[in-house]
Amino acid sequence: MTDAVQSAHDTTAVVAKRSKLRKLAENKTLWRGITAIVLFVLFWEICSQSKEWFGIQVPFIGKIPPPSAVLDSWVEVLQRPGYWQSWYLSFMRVFLGFIIAMIVGIPFGMALAVNRYFRDIFFPPFEVLRPIPPLAWVPASIIFWPTTELSIAFVTFLGAFFTIVINVLGGARTIDVQYLRAAQSMGASQWDLFRRIILPGTLPSIFTGAAVGMGITWEVVVAAEMISGGGQQSGGGLGFFLWSSYMGGSMAQVIVGMISIGIAGYVSSSLIRYIGQLFMPWRRIF
Amino acid sequence: MAKKKNSTSKKARNSGKSNGHTSVDHAAGKSKLELINVYKGYGEDWEREEVLINLDLEILPGKLTAVVGPSGCGKSTLVNLIAGFEQPDSGEVLLDGSPITGPGQDRMVVFQESALIPWQTAYQNVIFGPQLRGDMSSEQMKEEADKLFETVGLVEFKHKYPLQLSGGMQRRAELARALINQPKVMIMDEPFRGLDAMSRELMQEFFLRIFEKNRRTNLFVTSEIEEAIFLADRLVVLSNKPAHVRAVINIELERPRTFQMLSSAKAYDYKREAMEILHEEALKNFKSSGKQSDFVEAFSARNE
Repeated sequence: MTDAVQSAHDTTAVVAKRSKLRKLAENKTLWRGITAIVLFVLFWEICSQSKEWFGIQVPFIGKIPPPSAVLDSWVEVLQRPGYWQSWYLSFMRVFLGFIIAMIVGIPFGMALAVNRYFRDIFFPPFEVLRPIPPLAWVPASIIFWPTTELSIAFVTFLGAFFTIVINVLGGARTIDVQYLRAAQSMGASQWDLFRRIILPGTLPSIFTGAAVGMGITWEVVVAAEMISGGGQQSGGGLGFFLWSSYMGGSMAQVIVGMISIGIAGYVSSSLIRYIGQLFMPWRRIF
Repeated sequence: MAKKKNSTSKKARNSGKSNGHTSVDHAAGKSKLELINVYKGYGEDWEREEVLINLDLEILPGKLTAVVGPSGCGKSTLVNLIAGFEQPDSGEVLLDGSPITGPGQDRMVVFQESALIPWQTAYQNVIFGPQLRGDMSSEQMKEEADKLFETVGLVEFKHKYPLQLSGGMQRRAELARALINQPKVMIMDEPFRGLDAMSRELMQEFFLRIFEKNRRTNLFVTSEIEEAIFLADRLVVLSNKPAHVRAVINIELERPRTFQMLSSAKAYDYKREAMEILHEEALKNFKSSGKQSDFVEAFSARNE
């Protein structure tokens, strides 16, 4: 009797597992994505292999190495510790700048949103500094900071900071006043209002700001690494890897660098999306 | 400022529930709201727009008072004054004889659009009030909430987020969230607006059953005369903006009410009476749309 129940349990577990796999296999979105990528790579391979069609080179794609060459180069690069160190260094810089931007930016944006005096004083200078592109800060920050590493971190920080602040401010100020009024009627203190209404109400904007900020951070890091040229103190980074490949004349390796940065950016924003879902269960229902 | 508000509302709370929290609803059916000679306007000097002038209104204990008026006449301002979200420029708003100084749990508002907090489940929303104040033990809170979910028929939807509920369910959850605080007065600000006709009727019936059971003093603001007549003991018709009370009609239909009563001759008379007044007021609005007449009207209003 118990055996029968047990085996029944087992079969349902197996069925559940199998149906999960089947679901994945039947996922049309997934297959469309894979098909699109395969077709793209195929197209690229054909175009760059066939050098000339009807006497003309295929523009742009004809000039770059085919995916097979890129893959060869990648396999070779993967065995070099320097490549992995580039990943590590870029990630460290991105996350250092990004996390400091979050730590400073979220409270700053909140303070701008909830306190009129704070906003009157700090918003105008903030708005003057915001349109300055992060890369325009590079020369100044090299002078400000003692090491190149710090300069890069600072520029990265700026890239994320302004975006995060403006999103937090916008998000916190568009919270429906009825939520606040309802909570107030039920006896909420100022701290309750902040903790139970304003903060969770701003979370979606915080994560939007973080996702956009993360993108900007990668842009900035790569550019800053190219500019800093991997001086004595701060070698490497994916940006520098790309630049030195270009200087060394290895086009295949340049493309390896480009794709690496693409993957790194994708991994970072997926991470933010994942954390966002953890923090905002009420947004997971769609 | 905020602290002061808090302490006064706490005092009111304590006096209302001196014999502790039991399932018997002590707050129901005993409290009276009065608005005496209330003025309220927005803006300064030449930009100023009067919304309520010389408004006298009594909301009687244990009665459902419905307020109707032309659209944009200041009904929501009236709600905000009673709820304590705003203060009158002059005049008094009294709850059982003492002036209202700020929002408090003794007056619960069910808002026009759902004000359920989207990041809390229905259950978390309902226990929000007691949880904030810490005036119920967690078992008591759970017990009360379960009872209310039973009343509003949302037991299976307890742990859903508001966005997962239909419009009618959201309104019922909001009713439960208000009722758990055992307010002395319920303030309904066009609560069923935006619902489709079918769920609107169901909600009206449902709401009536709750009201008829405990007879909590109720202010029901609406723009639909039929809804007002179906629900109310007293029907207050407001004038065009700036608003004052044009007429009070006592609705003497039996309780418990049914929809059939709406087709009785009595109900028809009430409806015609209210419609005539509203029509007059709406016409005024039409006439006074010109800049000049606005000016004249403002002057005559001041000299009244």
